[in-house]
Amino acid sequence: MNALDFIIANSPIFAVAIPLLGAFLTPIFGRINDKLRNIFAITIMIITTSIVFILAYDVITNGIRTYIFGAQDLTLPVVRILFEVDAMSSFMAIISVVLALVALIYSWAFMKENTGLDKYYTLLLLMTAGMLGMELTGDMFNFFVFLEITSISSAALVAFWINKGKSVEAGFKYIVISTIGALFVLFSVALFYGQYNALNMAIIAHSIQFSFLDKIALVLLIGALAMKAGIVPLHMWLPDAYSKAPSSITLILVGVTQASLYGLLRVCFTIYGKMITLSSISIGWILVLFGIVTILLGVIMAIAQSDLKRLIAFAAVGEIGYMILGIGTGLVTMSPDISAAGLTALKGGIFHIMNDALDVGLMFLVAGAIFYATRETSLDRLGGLARNMKYTTVFFIIGLLAVSGLPPMNGFASKLLIYESTYQLNPILAIIAILSSILLLAIFVKVLHSAFLGPALPRFNEVKEVPKSMLFAMAIIAGMIIIFGIFPDIVVNNIVEPAANALVDNAGYISKIMSLAGGA
Amino acid sequence: MIFNFPFIAVAALIIVGLYAVVFRKNLIKMIIGITIIESGVNLFLITLGYREGSIAPIYTSSPGGIMSLPVPQALTLTSIVIGVAVLALMLSLVIHIYRHYNTLDVRKIGGGEE
Amino acid sequence: MSGMSKIVKTITNVAIPFILIYGIYVIAHGHLTPGGGFQGGAVVASGLVMIMVAYGSVWTMEKIKEKNLSMLESLGAFCFILLAFLGLVFGSVFFNNYLVGSNSLFGTVPAAGSGLADISTAGIIPLMNFAVGLKVIAGLFAIVLVMAYAITKKEAKE
Repeated sequence: MNALDFIIANSPIFAVAIPLLGAFLTPIFGRINDKLRNIFAITIMIITTSIVFILAYDVITNGIRTYIFGAQDLTLPVVRILFEVDAMSSFMAIISVVLALVALIYSWAFMKENTGLDKYYTLLLLMTAGMLGMELTGDMFNFFVFLEITSISSAALVAFWINKGKSVEAGFKYIVISTIGALFVLFSVALFYGQYNALNMAIIAHSIQFSFLDKIALVLLIGALAMKAGIVPLHMWLPDAYSKAPSSITLILVGVTQASLYGLLRVCFTIYGKMITLSSISIGWILVLFGIVTILLGVIMAIAQSDLKRLIAFAAVGEIGYMILGIGTGLVTMSPDISAAGLTALKGGIFHIMNDALDVGLMFLVAGAIFYATRETSLDRLGGLARNMKYTTVFFIIGLLAVSGLPPMNGFASKLLIYESTYQLNPILAIIAILSSILLLAIFVKVLHSAFLGPALPRFNEVKEVPKSMLFAMAIIAGMIIIFGIFPDIVVNNIVEPAANALVDNAGYISKIMSLAGGA
Repeated sequence: MIFNFPFIAVAALIIVGLYAVVFRKNLIKMIIGITIIESGVNLFLITLGYREGSIAPIYTSSPGGIMSLPVPQALTLTSIVIGVAVLALMLSLVIHIYRHYNTLDVRKIGGGEE
Repeated sequence: MSGMSKIVKTITNVAIPFILIYGIYVIAHGHLTPGGGFQGGAVVASGLVMIMVAYGSVWTMEKIKEKNLSMLESLGAFCFILLAFLGLVFGSVFFNNYLVGSNSLFGTVPAAGSGLADISTAGIIPLMNFAVGLKVIAGLFAIVLVMAYAITKKEAKE
């Protein structure tokens, strides 16, 4: 077989192993030259991005792709580690790798005056490998290992500015909460192994009976993964970690949060898939309730903040509520059979995952640009920056329109799907969601006025525009926002709809492994 | 009933560890609490692999008989290694916090927003 | 921290070869008896920490720079990933055990069931044990050395 078939057949493992290889080679390149190390890191990330895109194209056209470690075929009982990539996994992998690539380009200029950059780039590539591993794997214990890899490397990066005390404290809080959550995930994996003698997600989904121990495992898994995904009332670490980290790391932390959200969806829809239809009304309503509470809390707490990144972090918490609201509505309206209204809600929620990553990511990059230029983070001391930083102001206005869900940005497309479907469920929910969007618009217009407009402050007279690599990174995301806003159908029909179909189709997920194993 | 004793020990370890993380105010005691929770979960993993009257799962010069399951032992080993890495990271962060704030009391550090 | 008395240093000099040999034995026989990369590496790292405690962290940091430990760690990790990629080249799957059944160094296949087995079995697993052992030695020793050295600098600053 030619080279392209070879790459496609091995692409699930290349997506995880190539960043890992790059992470281990980066200190050696760093001893030689700094610029060589940066170019090497960006090259590795571009190779990984192209492999993930090839994998996504192959999965969307040809169906689920599996990869077996260490052997050519598989026999029952399944004792090998499998990677199983369906359309939902490749969707999340695209988001993660694009965020990592943009963060790497942004870091070139943003982190230039810091020391210890060898470790920064190593940890960044390691975090990318961990995120992609979490999204592509088909094995529960493998998921736990990649979850720990991701949380350890992101905690070390959150505490990167060790000369300030608050960053280290935010990193400590993050690692304590992440470790307790991960230990509960390991406890649930042990419960599954003790009952069914299997660690593979498809085998567990095939042979699960909803016994008392399974209920305990479900509660522990949902609790731990919701804690990592920032759902209220388990969101305490999120504002601190997002606001005290360097801005390029905050961008990737958004990706880490969404990878944990993907883990939650995979557990609820695939492993408990057979049971979900029996009790889906209650689980769906629980998700809807948590979604509404998250939206309200995120938006209300964002009003009172005076620190720019903390305000954007609370807005990010609110956006996670929109995703959960859309997916919960889909779950409620989809039982007892798959109806079109439920699928629309599910598509809205899943599309919002991608849009939220781009919108909130752009806002964090703009906040980082302001910090780079003025060394200030508090809104009380900023003002009148639009005269000196024209491009940054334009990017901020684009991000503002996108986060509030105004046309022609992509936030409007996904939020419209969510509003339509929740209105059919219960009109009050839709009204709360629309009012929160309007409140977000008001908050960000206030930020725009106080940071960019207004009289020019004398101490900001020498502030220049940020370097070109940072502008280029922001332009990539802004371009994607505008394109997804003007042509949402291309994205929804080609990428989001296969993802939504793959998420509810757990029979196909299971049968692929069973057919590989040759029986049963 | 005697064979349930490891599971009771697992529950006791996890509860003691959670108590130490939630209710203690010294940073080092919180880290020790996390280590105790991790020991409890590792014990749970190994106990799942025990078969009654079995010997260790090693083939070299083994006396023969039922062997206990080796897969949970490999999972526990991975978990111990991850625990060591997390412990090293947490202790390094505590050294930096102590150098900056000069106290290890969790109520006195983090004077900030919310 | 400063070193300890002459008696402690002499006993350390006597005991260190046994500890190192025991650690390397545990790494090398990982596919036959309990042990392997992490366990043997932890034993060797404990021996090196014993040297650091006896002679003082300042002396040790001057003899072994932290950059060299970082390079050794990266080398160990790189060898591990390289062996996994070679499974893709020589076998056809990632992590494939391509040395089993061949006539090279670790190639013989022992008889099934309990019995004695010689060390040149089990394919690429002993090689991966050595790579992981090197990484664990360098990693754990670097952690303890840097923590002890950082406390020294703090005491000197006050």
